[in-house]
Amino acid sequence: METKRKLRVATTSLAGCFGCHMSFLDIDEHLFELVELIEFDRSPLTDIKVVGDCDLGIIEGGLCNAENVHILREFRARCTKLVALGACAVNGGLPAQRNHLKLTEILEEVYHTSPGLAHGLIPNDPELPLPLNKVHPLHEVVKIDWFIPGCPPSGEAIWKALTDIVAGRDPELGFGTLHYD
Amino acid sequence: MSATFTLDGKEVPFRDGQTIIQAAQEQGAWIPHLCYHPEFKPHGSCKLCTVTVNGRHMASCTTQATAGQVVESNTEALNDERRTLLQMLFVEGNHFCPSCEKSGNCKLQATAYELGMMTPHFDHFYPSRPVDASHPEILLDFNRCILCSLCVRASRDVDKKFVFALSGRGIGTKLIVNAASGRLADTNVAMDDKALEVCPVGVILRKRHGFAVPIGERTYDKAPISECPDYSPLPAKEEA
Ligand code: SF4
Ligand code: SF4
Ligand code: FES
Repeated sequence: METKRKLRVATTSLAGCFGCHMSFLDIDEHLFELVELIEFDRSPLTDIKVVGDCDLGIIEGGLCNAENVHILREFRARCTKLVALGACAVNGGLPAQRNHLKLTEILEEVYHTSPGLAHGLIPNDPELPLPLNKVHPLHEVVKIDWFIPGCPPSGEAIWKALTDIVAGRDPELGFGTLHYD
Repeated sequence: MSATFTLDGKEVPFRDGQTIIQAAQEQGAWIPHLCYHPEFKPHGSCKLCTVTVNGRHMASCTTQATAGQVVESNTEALNDERRTLLQMLFVEGNHFCPSCEKSGNCKLQATAYELGMMTPHFDHFYPSRPVDASHPEILLDFNRCILCSLCVRASRDVDKKFVFALSGRGIGTKLIVNAASGRLADTNVAMDDKALEVCPVGVILRKRHGFAVPIGERTYDKAPISECPDYSPLPAKEEA
């Protein structure tokens, strides 16, 4: 009997809150159907450290630091198609509300001048990724094939979009599933 | 017998002096629009209401109906162009719907849902316009303004107060408050002013009244905008 090759799917959270991944899990018992259709590569849900060759990369969160950009480029290089999942990936989201503040002032306030900080210093270990001056949506750095808006997109929206993609269609959401909030 | 034009192949009767959008709305036909409001003179800025009239692109809110016009509105090509206009409006402002009190009651958002906009597509401008929180009851977040001028028209034509104005040129065009200080607190704005209820988006907000309506019961949760009568949700005048 012939079995269709499963789609290989990687997921990651960049400047995200993991809410889109939680919403992904909200597809509940559809997860059983899903594992018949896909297998996971690098993802917060697996232990794979480096993204391999995949059919699909699903990315939540925008870009707020150098490591985010690095991972996004890796995903673009390894995945045939990329999905920007959720408001942050689509337009920077609420984290982009920092874009009208000066980065140095934010870091000063959080690590240095806030009351209650003993000997506050802005962390400067090279191990830590440097923050970008502004938060950016994914499509400003690499080509994104599909966008699924929502903060987060509902489980229903994610399921609809995934089944569209698995069936080879462009994902489409309509009244009731298309939300930006 | 009254004169008619056709809209997407259907006969639409009109009275002398009516615009295409007015006649269409009377028949219950929805043409996307943001700066048009039935109670005010048209403004013609958002271009969402663009239709083709005898093959030419025209704003249906400023084009008078005449007998025999062949008007097309709900075509794939026009809806594509409208989606692009919406995307331009979204990237020109800071439309972070997840934290906007107008979400679910916003005409810009609802129109984008209706036209299936999955992404704002263009690079974001991320404007940085300070909010005006000077007034004890009203908050202005200018980063969501789409320059429809409805508040300007309402304040001028109904309230007779000239509280708001559009100022500047090009991408620098912005909504200003007409006071020497530029602050809303220093105007004679009043809570029952028409200008406060017409904003189609989340600029003019009533303080301490956000997020009052449960998700699922907001205006455009219940029905898509194409099925809603022209509706301008207010920062709740009468508190529930
Ligand atoms: S004004 Fe409308 S489109 Fe803009 S953030 Fe608020 S809900 Fe979203
Ligand atoms: S504040 Fe609202 S009503 Fe006034 S111009 Fe801006 S979007 Fe239009
Ligand atoms: S509604 Fe006609 S241009 Fe805005």
